[in-house]
Amino acid sequence: MSFEIDIEKRLGHAHVALTLEAGEGATVLFGPSGIGKSSVLNMVAGLLRPDRGRIAIDGEPLFGDGIDVPPERRRAGYVFQDARLFPHMRVRANLLYGAGREQDGFEDRTGFLGIGHLLDRWPRTLSGGEAQRVAIGRALLSRPRFLLLDEPLSSLDRARREEVLVAIEHVRDVLKLPILMVTHDPVEAERIGTRVVRM
Amino acid sequence: MLDAAEWGIVALSLKVGGVAMLVTLPVAFALAWLLARVRFPGKVIVDAAIHLPLVVPPVVTGWLLLLAFGPNGPIGGWLQDWFGITVLFRWTGAAIAAGVMALPLMVRAMRISIEAVDRRLENAARTLGAGPWRVFWTLTLPLSIPGVLAGAVLGFARSIGEFGATITFVSNVPGETQTLPLAIYSALQQPGADALVWRLSCVSVGLSLIALIASELLTRRAGRGLHVL
Repeated sequence: MSFEIDIEKRLGHAHVALTLEAGEGATVLFGPSGIGKSSVLNMVAGLLRPDRGRIAIDGEPLFGDGIDVPPERRRAGYVFQDARLFPHMRVRANLLYGAGREQDGFEDRTGFLGIGHLLDRWPRTLSGGEAQRVAIGRALLSRPRFLLLDEPLSSLDRARREEVLVAIEHVRDVLKLPILMVTHDPVEAERIGTRVVRM
Repeated sequence: MLDAAEWGIVALSLKVGGVAMLVTLPVAFALAWLLARVRFPGKVIVDAAIHLPLVVPPVVTGWLLLLAFGPNGPIGGWLQDWFGITVLFRWTGAAIAAGVMALPLMVRAMRISIEAVDRRLENAARTLGAGPWRVFWTLTLPLSIPGVLAGAVLGFARSIGEFGATITFVSNVPGETQTLPLAIYSALQQPGADALVWRLSCVSVGLSLIALIASELLTRRAGRGLHVL
């Protein structure tokens, strides 16, 4: 499994450009806030269109050469900075939103994330750490080919960070899903990253 | 209290208002969605045209409806030729007039609630494998529904109070097009009907108050961005 990314995008006065080839494990995009790290993830997910370039996963092009696969067919498991749980659905419905008819692995996923007891709760009643773990579970249950993590710890306090870090390590080491993660925190970058790309 | 004929007027008003609101609802929602979400050339003109009934004298709107739905009008002629029906001097015509007059209010309320739906949630749904239609049915619509209902209730209240366009378009026919405001107007023309004017006006104010309060409560819910159903 590999990422091939070679993209350019002008956003207002800023110019975002990145060339990257990465194999298994977690690739961390590291750098200060506001230099377009999240925009890179949005372009890989198909939510933002690069001005030019190419994005491919495992040799299969998602963007470039006239191809632009819509986000719903890219199978990116995207965990946003703010969990973005759907406020009008309970945790269970949020988790199953992308799962389709097959619900394999539901017990496993909710188990290692420690969210089994939250299934009947509304998102607004969850703590930040709980919401972020549900967001990770929701992304994993959509049967993604890879995971995109956008500052998944930045809205959490120290104690909650550890819970989510352990969950991310589990995804990297046990589920062996390739991860592309954005952070401005050197400690997180060091701990999660199989390789770190400075932007 | 009211006698049988007066209850008939109230019932007719509710029927006209209810049908006007139900038929206008999907049209208003589609227009609101278009204005909230789609960029297209001539959008300003479409927006202005939708709002025209709010500012044009109602008598003009009624007259334009008469031209369109009259026996020689483009829609009226078509209805007559194909289905053998006319809406002139009928309660259906009153409902059309009420619906057209209510449309801008309904579109405004719905547009605001659609614009308030967090696009970032919709993006999250896309990455989870949902195509545009599924995103619409599972997120955009349920999250905007308090505002949509508020708009519908507001439109219903506006429909019940509709006067100028109705009397111009379908006249003032007791039992067919004589809704509450038209009945009040007729009573004002008769000597000694003060008591009737009072009774019908009280019903009018009462219905409007109930609708406005319901609409306000729904709008507050919409503001909180939470589920209502």
